[in-house]
Amino acid sequence: MKKKWYDYLWMGELLYWVLGVCNILFAWLGLLFFTIPLLVALIGGNKAYCNRYCGRGQLLGLLGTKLSRNAPPPKLLRSRWFRYGFLAFFMVMFGLMLRGTWLVFAGAPLRQAVTLLWVFKLPWQWAKVDMVAPWAAQFAFGFYGVMMTSTVLGLATMALFRPRSWCVYCPMGTMTQGICMLKQKKEDGGCGGEGRENCGAAETSRQ
Amino acid sequence: MALSKRLARVGRECVACGTCVRACPRAAIRVVSGVTARVNGELCVGCGKCAGACPADVITLVERGAAG
Repeated sequence: MKKKWYDYLWMGELLYWVLGVCNILFAWLGLLFFTIPLLVALIGGNKAYCNRYCGRGQLLGLLGTKLSRNAPPPKLLRSRWFRYGFLAFFMVMFGLMLRGTWLVFAGAPLRQAVTLLWVFKLPWQWAKVDMVAPWAAQFAFGFYGVMMTSTVLGLATMALFRPRSWCVYCPMGTMTQGICMLKQKKEDGGCGGEGRENCGAAETSRQ
Repeated sequence: MALSKRLARVGRECVACGTCVRACPRAAIRVVSGVTARVNGELCVGCGKCAGACPADVITLVERGAAG
């Protein structure tokens, strides 16, 4: 099948990491990976971003062809409790990162470190951030940590299970699917008007 | 054309990631409204590629008569 331009968006993901290492302020670009899927879900009512344009998903898919065990994931991973629980946890940690940014805005000293997996502080002293306000630099450090944490989790589950296992519990994917469900419910009572119990089987059941 | 004996069935815990859409050689599966994937039973040949690719492992192959 002929590849389309959006099949190469995994390069954007790689570029993000390279740019961030060169200058941490490029971490701000990661906001695009947050806002675009939300806008697509809110305005378009679909998950086109996940389905076609997610560079991270594409990269995991590519790496997974060589590095994944390709084993079925545990049922827990796809359970609603886990997915929404992970989304809530991720949002709390994101909120704490925003609080750190606010504290620096209010006068606290800048901490030049990228936090990996919410615990490990990676020293990032080489970063030149004096061209922006300290709070803007703090946000960049925090956001790069959020992006790095989710990528490390994605790579770990890619290796252990199927290549795109991250997509199962990706907080953005969970959030955008939730938005789409709410929009769908508003329009026709859920699952394309077929009723939730038939969700996913509606077309097959007609055969 | 005769229909295959088996076809793919998407479970309720589909995360609508679209991995199955890319895996399907017959374009028989699509994500509907960002909520769930759905199989077009007329196009599905039951090859199982979508089931093997699904990161949530929610796609199964069922006998055509048992799909409902």
